[in-house]
Parts: sequence; structure tokens; C-alpha cells
Amino acid sequence: MTIEAIKDLVHGEVICGEERIHDEINCVFASDLMSDVLTLKDIDKLMLLTGLSNLQSIRTCEMSDISYMLVVRGKEVTEEMKELAEDNEMVIIKTEYSMYKTSGILYNAGLPAVY
Amino acid sequence: MNFVYHVEGGDFTNAGSTSSQVKRMLKKIGVSPEIVKRTVVALYEAEVNIVAHAYRGDISVDLEEDHVKIVLADEGPGIPDIDRAMQKGYSTASQKVREMGFGAGMGLPNIKNNSDTLNITSEVGKGTTIEFINYFQ
Repeated sequence: MTIEAIKDLVHGEVICGEERIHDEINCVFASDLMSDVLTLKDIDKLMLLTGLSNLQSIRTCEMSDISYMLVVRGKEVTEEMKELAEDNEMVIIKTEYSMYKTSGILYNAGLPAVY
Repeated sequence: MNFVYHVEGGDFTNAGSTSSQVKRMLKKIGVSPEIVKRTVVALYEAEVNIVAHAYRGDISVDLEEDHVKIVLADEGPGIPDIDRAMQKGYSTASQKVREMGFGAGMGLPNIKNNSDTLNITSEVGKGTTIEFINYFQ
């Protein structure tokens, strides 16, 4: 599923990485705990779904080689976060929906969990 | 080659900037992506630990032909019981650290899982030193 399709499904907006919205996503991991994100082994075409919107969630993606992030619950993505994400060529989208609702919509649409 | 970076306790804005620089360096010299990831995940957890628990610390990165040795030495409260701290789920982290997405007692186990050799020494009231080595092959 493309980032663009995901964005439409969750009525989201693209925060950065607009030029890559046609990239394909294969699976999703949903977590607010960054130490759990750091345990992931297979991160190919993985999107992180999180309500933790701060510099450490971007850093965690950087260290884990995760390029795609979906911020839930309408949390603010600051300019500082955006700059760090752009330095790491990440795509960030954002939705007002809750974690559970977003997960349900994407799972129903056929996007599997990483495990 | 040896590089030393300074980390300030409580500075969550810059937590991870050393790990980021080391990641770029390892990628640049052609270390495989899998080993770069292992190394920087271990380093990032350890760097966050200094920010979360210590007053300040130095991170020394020794880059050799076939391995990288990273030593994180902090001035801080130290760890009274290292075996207990190594257990998944055991944490003494503050609410602030938890708000940052850490502090669930996964840090030291994550460092262990992502390093080839790991040595932790600590003195209560003085500080903690974490040393790990990752081989490139």
C-alpha cells in the first residue's frame, strides 16, 4: 500500500517527504515505547505508527533505519522534528485519529503487522 | 581512529546526536548496514541512559580495522545492582524519561542484544562505564 493511500484512509496530512508518497509500505508497527521499536529486526518498508511525537521518536527511526512514520492523535510535529526527519530522508504523515482507530483502519485495508 | 563526544545529563534535545554522528561515520567507511544498525541501536540506548540517569558523560569511539569499541563513561548515581538492571522490565527512570519513549527497562537488555561483547562496571555515587565491541565480520 502506498503512503498516499494510507494518508487518504486515515484522512491524514503529509508533514514531510511529500516527494516519496508513492513509496510502498509492507507492514506496520504501532508503539509509543521507543525501546520496543529499537528491538525490531525486519524493518524493510515498515511504517511506525506512534503517538509519541518528539525528537526521540525521530532519532529512534534514524537508528532503526525506519523511513516512514505516521503520527496519531493529532500530536504536533515541531519544526525541529521536521528538520531532523528531512535530514534523514523520512516521510511523516499525521492523523487526528487515535492509535486504535488508525490501526484498525489500516489492518482492515490489508496492511499487516510486522509480527 | 579515536573520537570522543561529550553528553550532558538531562539534555533530551541532543540525546542521540552522538549516535547519529557515529552512524554516519560507520556508513561512510563501508560497514555493513546490519552491523551499523546493531552498533547504533546499542549506542543510542546507552547515550539515552546517560541523558536519563547521569549528570554528564563521555563517549569514546575507537575505530579499528575489524571492529569498533565504544566506551561510555558517566558521572552519575551509578547502578547498585547490575544484574537486576539487566532484567527486562526493571527500571528506575523518571516520568520525564518515560515521556520521551524510554524507561521501560529495555535499555540494557537491548544493548546486550546488539553488541558482541559487553562490559558494565558501576560505582554507586560515582558513575557507570559501559564498554562494548562490535566486529565488522
